[in-house]
Amino acid sequence: MNRRWYIFILKNLIRIVLLTVCISIVTFALMKASPIDPLQANVGQAALGSMSQEQKEKLEEYWGVNTPPVQQYLSWAGDFVRGDMGTSLLYRQPVTKVIAVKLSNSLMLLAIAWILSGILGFALGVISGMNRGRLADKLIKGYCLIISSTPAFWLALLLLMIFSVWLHIFPIGLSVPIGVEASGVTLADRIYHAVLPALTLSITGVSNIALHTREKMIDIMESDYVLFARMRGEKGWRLFRYYGFRNVLLPAVTLQFASISEIFGGSVLVEQVFSYPGLGQAAVAAGLGSDLPLLMAITIVSALIVFGGNLTANILYGLIDPRIRRGGAEK
Amino acid sequence: MRQEEREPVLKIENMSIVFTQYDRGMHQTELPVIRNLDVEVYAGEMVAVVGSSGSGKSLLAHGVMGVLPYNASMGGRITYCREELTGKRMEKIRGKEIVMVPQSTAFLNPLMKIGPQIRKGRKDEESRKKLRDIFRRYELKEEVEKLYPFELSGGMNRRILISTAMIEKPKLVIADEPTPGLDLKVAKRAMEHFRELADMGAGVLVITHDLELALEVADRIVVFYAGTTIEEASVQDFEKEETLRHPYTKALWRAMPKHGFQYIPGTQPYVKNLPKGCPFAPRCSQCTGECSKEIPYRTVREGKVRCIYAE
Ligand SMILES: Nc1ncnc2c1ncn2[C@@H]1O[C@H](COP(=O)(O)OP(=O)(O)OP(=O)(O)O)[C@@H](O)[C@H]1O
Ligand SMILES: [Mg+2]
Repeated sequence: MNRRWYIFILKNLIRIVLLTVCISIVTFALMKASPIDPLQANVGQAALGSMSQEQKEKLEEYWGVNTPPVQQYLSWAGDFVRGDMGTSLLYRQPVTKVIAVKLSNSLMLLAIAWILSGILGFALGVISGMNRGRLADKLIKGYCLIISSTPAFWLALLLLMIFSVWLHIFPIGLSVPIGVEASGVTLADRIYHAVLPALTLSITGVSNIALHTREKMIDIMESDYVLFARMRGEKGWRLFRYYGFRNVLLPAVTLQFASISEIFGGSVLVEQVFSYPGLGQAAVAAGLGSDLPLLMAITIVSALIVFGGNLTANILYGLIDPRIRRGGAEK
Repeated sequence: MRQEEREPVLKIENMSIVFTQYDRGMHQTELPVIRNLDVEVYAGEMVAVVGSSGSGKSLLAHGVMGVLPYNASMGGRITYCREELTGKRMEKIRGKEIVMVPQSTAFLNPLMKIGPQIRKGRKDEESRKKLRDIFRRYELKEEVEKLYPFELSGGMNRRILISTAMIEKPKLVIADEPTPGLDLKVAKRAMEHFRELADMGAGVLVITHDLELALEVADRIVVFYAGTTIEEASVQDFEKEETLRHPYTKALWRAMPKHGFQYIPGTQPYVKNLPKGCPFAPRCSQCTGECSKEIPYRTVREGKVRCIYAE
């Protein structure tokens, strides 16, 4: 670790803080501008009509309807900085607890999808790029183009129909079996329930990574150094291993970490289709239900995870690429 | 030189390279970048192909090595050690018997350390020793083996490129502009290294635009103009203007600093609008109507020339 690294990390930390502040302001403003009336959405038109004025005022206070927005934001921000994310209005539990539960549900889903789409996408992209114009390339490219123009929720519905409704191989939804006590749920149960949503996310994630890797691979195969390697009699496995693979690995790492944001974004829709009680679904519920503290916290946590991914990519890049690692040490 | 009695290591006859291009939608055009190219290289001999930028020198080298881009097709006949050099045969011997030193240092793998890169991953003691000897000869420190190309200066990377040829036991070396960016002294040294390879028995084909440098080390000069060989002359022929054959070669001679630095008016025509017949005709003072006909490559005074008026 040298000075360059400290500066790099410090810069990124400042950036994270600024970004978080911006995101929280935008989310807050959007929530306030939303046409959803928290009382109507959560209590219901009929129930509201039968309530006394006093009861209504109490509710309005609970949902923060009459507090001036700036004051509301500042008080939220003050608590947040002190580590208090507030209480979820919908779940009536501390936001930290809600997020911990939802995130642990989602995390497995996201991790499976992320790793699967990363490895598969990389492999397909490399095969496609190495065999440019041949049958393998055409098939892979065709598959990727079809998938990337297919909406994730539609694919989710399709898989649900085939594997759950017709073939009865996988459950229709949720993250655990129905009617089983929490202590009786095994890891196998959890994985079993995560397969379809994870598959959906992986399939959509693959196409993007594969297409990008393919582009890079083609560039590399056409590069002067591969040309020279061929002139020197390098071919087959050695040509791939030392010239292709080594050079495509760097952009692939960046791509892989940048894809976190896409998997995260995709999970919101996919969790909805599979009624999977994860962070994505909680975000939708919080948005529609005007649960301000929860939505703010989810947005910020997601942003931090995405940003953390990008930061990791940058750090790894510096560690792997000798041009950065050694180049900086010299100067 | 007693070339006539021996078989050449490399013999290129009537080579042509055509690019197929699509411009404006699906309209397909053929771009004949090289036509009627003839070159011979004998064992122990150093031949310099001299031509200005864009005349197709690198393509000639890539064509021989069998690594043309996918939209290029090559015609003609290449013979290597008496037998035709087919793509299959080339794949077997390139990098071993036939080596090439490419034009720029972008041809080095940026993510592979110098040592393994030159040795192509071989780890046996013989290769290691050979590399240490080469490094000593080129005044490169042993630590350089553990560095990456980006950590070396341009001149050092040049020597690394040349080392990739030296570590093999080549019968034929093709060097594409091995000296740009090197100062005169270092450039001469680099050329001398190729001369040594020739003296050790290999055939060496050096591609360059630097006629003066070529004259100092080569045995024969092949002059290249707009994708065609227009003259083949021994180095001695360049001592006087009169012993040269083609008007373009004579113009090149007059453009050399020690012969008055006379500028050749006009520019080399681009392949898309080549004149019929002699490509030099538009710039030639001796040009007549006959020059727009097919010009044969004929032997004149032990050399060859593609000009109907040469004698
Ligand atoms: N892939 C390609 N498609 C079409 N034309 C090409 C292609 N590659 C090269 N050319 C053309 O072929 C001609 C010869 O190129 P080449 O690189 O062999 O020149 P050169 O004599 O080596 O020049 P230099 O001295 O600059 O290296 C140029 O006019 C170039 O425009
Ligand atoms: Mg060139």
